[in-house]
Amino acid sequence: MSKTLDQIGMSTTAERLAVTSNTGGAPSPDWVIVTRDLTRQYDMGGEVVRALRGLDVAIRRNEYVAIMGPSGSGKSTLMNLIGCLDTPNGGEYWLNGMLVSEMSDDALAKVRNKEIGFVFQTFNLLPRASALQNVELPLVYAGVSAAERKQRASEALERVQLGSRMGHRPNEMSGGQRQRVAIARALVNRPSILLADEPTGNLDSQTSEEIMRVFEELAMEGQTVVMVTHEPDIAVHAQRIITLRDGLLSNDENRESYAAKISGERVH
Amino acid sequence: MKTRDAIGLALSQLRVQKLKSAFTLLGVTIGVMFLIAVVSIVEGMGRYVEEDFAARLIGSNTFTLRRFDNVGPGGNRGFDARLAQRRPLLRMTDVEAVRAALPAMMTSSIANETFKYASAPGARPRQVQSVATDANYFAIKKFAVTQGRAFTDQEVRAGSNVLVIGVEVAEHFFPGLNPEGRQLRVSGVPFTVIGVIEEQGSVFGFSLDRLAIAPYTSPMGRIIRPARDISSLIVQAPTQADLPEGIEAARGALRSLRGLRAGEPDDFGLVTQDAAFGFIKQLKGRLVLFGTALPAISLVVGAMVIMNIMLVSVAERTREIGVRKALGARRGDILSQFLVEATTLSVIGAAIGIALGIALAKLVSVLTPLPAAVAPWSIGAALLTGAGVGIAAGMYPANRAAQLDPITALRQE
Repeated sequence: MSKTLDQIGMSTTAERLAVTSNTGGAPSPDWVIVTRDLTRQYDMGGEVVRALRGLDVAIRRNEYVAIMGPSGSGKSTLMNLIGCLDTPNGGEYWLNGMLVSEMSDDALAKVRNKEIGFVFQTFNLLPRASALQNVELPLVYAGVSAAERKQRASEALERVQLGSRMGHRPNEMSGGQRQRVAIARALVNRPSILLADEPTGNLDSQTSEEIMRVFEELAMEGQTVVMVTHEPDIAVHAQRIITLRDGLLSNDENRESYAAKISGERVH
Repeated sequence: MKTRDAIGLALSQLRVQKLKSAFTLLGVTIGVMFLIAVVSIVEGMGRYVEEDFAARLIGSNTFTLRRFDNVGPGGNRGFDARLAQRRPLLRMTDVEAVRAALPAMMTSSIANETFKYASAPGARPRQVQSVATDANYFAIKKFAVTQGRAFTDQEVRAGSNVLVIGVEVAEHFFPGLNPEGRQLRVSGVPFTVIGVIEEQGSVFGFSLDRLAIAPYTSPMGRIIRPARDISSLIVQAPTQADLPEGIEAARGALRSLRGLRAGEPDDFGLVTQDAAFGFIKQLKGRLVLFGTALPAISLVVGAMVIMNIMLVSVAERTREIGVRKALGARRGDILSQFLVEATTLSVIGAAIGIALGIALAKLVSVLTPLPAAVAPWSIGAALLTGAGVGIAAGMYPANRAAQLDPITALRQE
């Protein structure tokens, strides 16, 4: 499995440098995420916290990327910006050829709906809605008709092997099943990126492996996946690992290099 | 998000929290219930007065010639008692002049009425509504004589001591007997009963069956009007639209008979139903005002309850709002979700209130003499009020939900 994943072409450092240094220019359609000199600061009671200090990140279509970093490194901020839940103070953010850093609130809502599939650590399913209704939710906001919604939502659930549990509510499901419902919900609108925030943080290791297998399969099928995590065991499932430190990019490496490093750290 | 989806969402939310929803809409329900009941009772009373009461007490499509204008609450503006006392009495010559001037299609009847004691052997004397009139009176009043007969023009011309009585009079003085041919004294003068009028019922507890009707040419005329003048002449036109023509004819005839110059005021009164019931209409207006003020307070309380519950709901569902926003809900979607929820809640409350209000109005009309008629406009108004209360109460909580920052909302435990 891992060998086949590695066969999917990863962007090279030179290519990334070329696309992130072309300030103001729209990246080629090949690039799903491009940030240039991205900054975000918070005013915490008079004290300015600089969470991101000029970040250049480029992710090509079909890449499977993990974003790592200790707490305070800015990875949550980056995740919020990539997910269009927040807007930067400076720099550019291009998502799928659109300059989203300049967009209004409602335009961002539309981008979130169409371009981004969120998977959260705490699943964030609506507790009183069935699995099917939960998966239909993004389609409701996309204005899709009820019949088509049902059709597409059931397809998405079947894709994560939950075709038999569509009528169940989240509290009638295991953690792994809930996270798979969340993945189906994230995929139902065919987003440009699957954006996962600590997707295994609330799961045991066996279920975590199960979810990682789902991610790998999706990546294999051509889905761009961006996963924020602080667990090296999880990050190592990705093809490419970006490490942040103090709001700046500290490392951008492939799986082999990262795996070698963490196993080395364990030896020491 | 489409409106249909928003309403579906609101309904499922209400289904999930049945008990809470039920308590929430209680205020609106009670307000609307009393609103509907009060409006129905007032409306019923009004209709009763206008259709039934007017037709039965005065006769439909009629006006009345009298010495004085209608004197009573709401009808006596500009009435000068001293000036009015100088008015001449209404005499037979006046009545004849007016009758001659009226269009042929109109009928008229002299009607002198007052309460007088009646007596018969074996029963306590009792006051009865005594009427001195002519044979037209029965047709104008729509009094059907079910037992015996009404008196005729000949009897009027002859001044016969004949009497037509109401059901209540018949039962009081001749219980279990056929009153026909029996003697009844009115103010000590003996009359022969020749007929009984069909039961008329009562208006506001005032019986319409305590009647004793005799020709005005009989001693009854003297008993009621010792001065031998006429207290009123009732004129009936075929339709309401013909009334003005009759009124003008009567006015012209009497003015010229009495030699009034142009510019001088009438020295007689021409009273229509409208004038007679101006007071009741005014009363109705006040009842509606007071009757709706109290339910309105309940509606305000209901609105505050809904607002409060919606604020709690927004706080409880902050996380859900964050999720919805992350999945692509715009501010407008969240706003309409909560607004539709509050409005749906309130409209359901109003609908229940309408049903209970109608039931309450029916109950009141069965248990009390107050009639009730549900006004169609009040149902529409109640639904609109419900929707208005929902929108007003939901606006602030919904706006608060819509303004939530998705990141903060998602982080909420």
